[in-house]
Amino acid sequence: MAKSITVGDLDIYYGDFLAVQGVNMTIKARSVTAFIGPSGCGKSTFLRSLNRMHEVIPGARVEGKVMVDGQSLYDSAVDPVAVRRQIGMVFQRPNPFPTMSIYENVLAGNRLNSKRMKKAEADDIVERSLKGANLWNEVKDRLNKPGMGLSGGQQQRLCIARAIAVEPQVLLMDEPCSALDPISTSAIEDLIHELKSDYTIVIVTHNMQQAARVSDETGFFNLKAAGQPGQLVEFNSTQKMFANPDNEATEAYISGRFG
Amino acid sequence: MATIAADQKTGPARLGDRVFSATALAAGIAILLALAGVFIFLAIEGVPGLAKPAEFYGEASNFWGYVAPLLFGTVLAAVIALIVAVPLAWGIALVVSHYAPRSIATPIAYVIDLLAAVPSVVFGLWGISVLARHLQPGYVWLDENMGWLPFFAGPASGTGRTILTAGLVLAIMILPIITAISREVFSQTPRLHEEAALALGATRWEMIRMAVFPYARSGMVSAVMLGLGRALGETMAVAMVLSAGGGISLNLISSSNPASIASNIASNYKEGTPGKIQVLIATGLVLFLVTFLVNFAARWIVTRNERKLAR
Amino acid sequence: MSLATAPARPTSEPVAFTQAKLPRLAPALVGVVAVAAAALPVLLLGWGLIAWALVAGVLYLVALPAWARVVEGPRGAADRMVTGLVWAACLVAIVPLVSLLYTVVDRGLPAINSTFLTYSMYRTELDQEVGIYHALVGTLLITLGAAVISVPIGIMAAIYLIEYGKGSRLARWITFLVDVMTGIPSIVAGLFAFSLFILIFGPSTRVGIGGSVALSLLMIPVVVRSTEEMLRLVPADLREASYALGVPKWRTIVKVVLPTALGGIVTGVTLAIARVVGETAPLLLIAGLTTRTNFNVFSERMTTLPVLIYTQNANPGIAETPGGTPPGIEIAWGGALVLILIVMMLNLVARVIGAIFAPKTGH
Repeated sequence: MAKSITVGDLDIYYGDFLAVQGVNMTIKARSVTAFIGPSGCGKSTFLRSLNRMHEVIPGARVEGKVMVDGQSLYDSAVDPVAVRRQIGMVFQRPNPFPTMSIYENVLAGNRLNSKRMKKAEADDIVERSLKGANLWNEVKDRLNKPGMGLSGGQQQRLCIARAIAVEPQVLLMDEPCSALDPISTSAIEDLIHELKSDYTIVIVTHNMQQAARVSDETGFFNLKAAGQPGQLVEFNSTQKMFANPDNEATEAYISGRFG
Repeated sequence: MATIAADQKTGPARLGDRVFSATALAAGIAILLALAGVFIFLAIEGVPGLAKPAEFYGEASNFWGYVAPLLFGTVLAAVIALIVAVPLAWGIALVVSHYAPRSIATPIAYVIDLLAAVPSVVFGLWGISVLARHLQPGYVWLDENMGWLPFFAGPASGTGRTILTAGLVLAIMILPIITAISREVFSQTPRLHEEAALALGATRWEMIRMAVFPYARSGMVSAVMLGLGRALGETMAVAMVLSAGGGISLNLISSSNPASIASNIASNYKEGTPGKIQVLIATGLVLFLVTFLVNFAARWIVTRNERKLAR
Repeated sequence: MSLATAPARPTSEPVAFTQAKLPRLAPALVGVVAVAAAALPVLLLGWGLIAWALVAGVLYLVALPAWARVVEGPRGAADRMVTGLVWAACLVAIVPLVSLLYTVVDRGLPAINSTFLTYSMYRTELDQEVGIYHALVGTLLITLGAAVISVPIGIMAAIYLIEYGKGSRLARWITFLVDVMTGIPSIVAGLFAFSLFILIFGPSTRVGIGGSVALSLLMIPVVVRSTEEMLRLVPADLREASYALGVPKWRTIVKVVLPTALGGIVTGVTLAIARVVGETAPLLLIAGLTTRTNFNVFSERMTTLPVLIYTQNANPGIAETPGGTPPGIEIAWGGALVLILIVMMLNLVARVIGAIFAPKTGH
């Protein structure tokens, strides 16, 4: 079952540097939540703190609460490896493993947990995930070719297939279309619509039209001032955000007056 | 654009350009000539050494009979060195690139580089007086308890100056180069691939196996080949540590192992008559060809892979 | 669920972020226990320190993954096993270095005094003091000779590769062969110089400059590679700015490109010198051995420090007191300490220069 995420008073640091300050929000299950805002305002950093991927950078740490379905993500007993298994992630640039075939790329996550998988079982997972990522018809005849041979948009859908193959609760997407052409972008946006019925999706995007098209709720991040940490300025339903936002800065950003 | 600007210059400036570029070209060609010269001069002095009367080859009857045990000794010592050094080097390289925080990784890398700065003659001195002495009781133990293995058939050397000791000294000497190259390729793994693995819920070791090793594979192979090249050609440490005698044998702990080609040259050139020295130079030619092939193969793997990744 | 058509469905199990995990202090705890447990056979059987460390290490590498396997499962066990192994590799590699440096200092220091550094080994009377002065001079001159030969060739060749021949077939071949050249065994370089000189000057030629030729064969590839790398770092807009002012290409290289890269080039040259200064094998062949101090690289034999260490160790002579250290061994260790100090100092200088002139990239 897809899960909701509750964030309370979250501060994110890199060493002594406070990158994001005081975020409060509730991300609904089975919906698409988009984060928009100017570059460097901490929206990607915040997204990565939702599955503890920011810890990959030495010195990164958080203060505050992130609750997924009532469980704290930053409890001392929580294993980040287990967290990432439940909360999948798709990155800015498609990153299939270069030495693996399409088939093996999809199974990469599953292979970690069960070394011996029956061939039929593996085939099922691959087909299901690729269908889920709207890629099956394009690649079903060349599953054993390297994943790097696909086009950029196909590679990104392969990465989405890889992420959903382990059946996560939440799918985080960090500007998944920023390296893609308009046609591929539209294919991914369609896919997000379909995935919404099964997953809680959180997407960071630079593209406001995209946020308006795909998301149910939108959060606007901005720097307090130059040199100050980033913060969540407004969090509202997407409709309200784009029609009649509460905050002036949000309106200025959305109407293109800055950023 | 730049060349047009330069070409439009007046006479003297263009003359300066011509002289300078010709000098640069000459220096480049000088390198090619030097390498060719190595081969030519070794051949001039060495080829007569291939077909001397039998008395020049000691116990053997011809050149190939003379060089075969030496080649075997060279390869055996190098293989021992690789078996010991390669896992260590990859482990250290992983610590520096992926396990240790930067504040510890930098000193570790520095210490390993320090190992590379120690002259081979000092390694030799240390090998005889410290390492061989400490290993000798171990050899006696191996002979008594594991003598059924052909490697430890014994009798154990009384001084510890065996091919195994020489191989271990070589292992320490080639450790830095294998570590340095592996470290480099490990840390060049694209962050995207590492994060892809971690985001799927991989542990650190699983991430390394999924993202780092496949990416670094050819670099790791060429690091091993370059280490092998070093181990094959190293002279002094083997010449000093190994007390050689005897022919081809897998027995690692006795005092009846053949010398390596390089150490044989270093130990015997002094008593050499001109004819004997030609034989030694001929063995040097064999060593040159072997190391040249190994290095050539290593570089070829690297270049091929660079091209593959560039595509 | 018909698997073939339905999209992936998340399972409806509750989320489990917590996984059974060893306590945070588990590695330290296992470490302490392993060291303590290893002490038992060591005390009972009277083994040494090395055996103790070895047993403790093996115990640790078995016990921690085994515990992790029970609690965390095979994945956690594998991860902990590898973590232990790679750190163990670091420790194992540091042991010989520490032992070597300690031995060299411990045995070399007593040998060093004022006569050791200022006397040669040539004596006119039997009980005269001896030293390594002649070898220091030999090392200095032969290395200097090698630098004089290889630095201009190396730097000019690098300039050709970067500034003129870029992408040409010849340049690709030179780059490739320079790489291969870095792998030439030093004894082969020595044999080359030896063959060259005996062909020209007769079979018993032993001369310092021959050593320089052999060493420069080992030095050139190092100089070329490091210079190449530094030249590549010089930004193209700097060159273009100079061309735009109407400065010819060669003056641009001499006045703009080389000064910009100077720090790195000097570092590379210093490291190349550090590499060859400890070479023994080629000098043994062509520079020969003498007990006298020789200042002329173009005639007569010349001893260098590494060769002196080797020959003193090979023919140590007889100790004054029975059971004492033979004089040659003492000299060898003293020479080794001096040699290591020289090499370390060159490395240090290279690093300091490198740090001072480090390219300040404003990008």
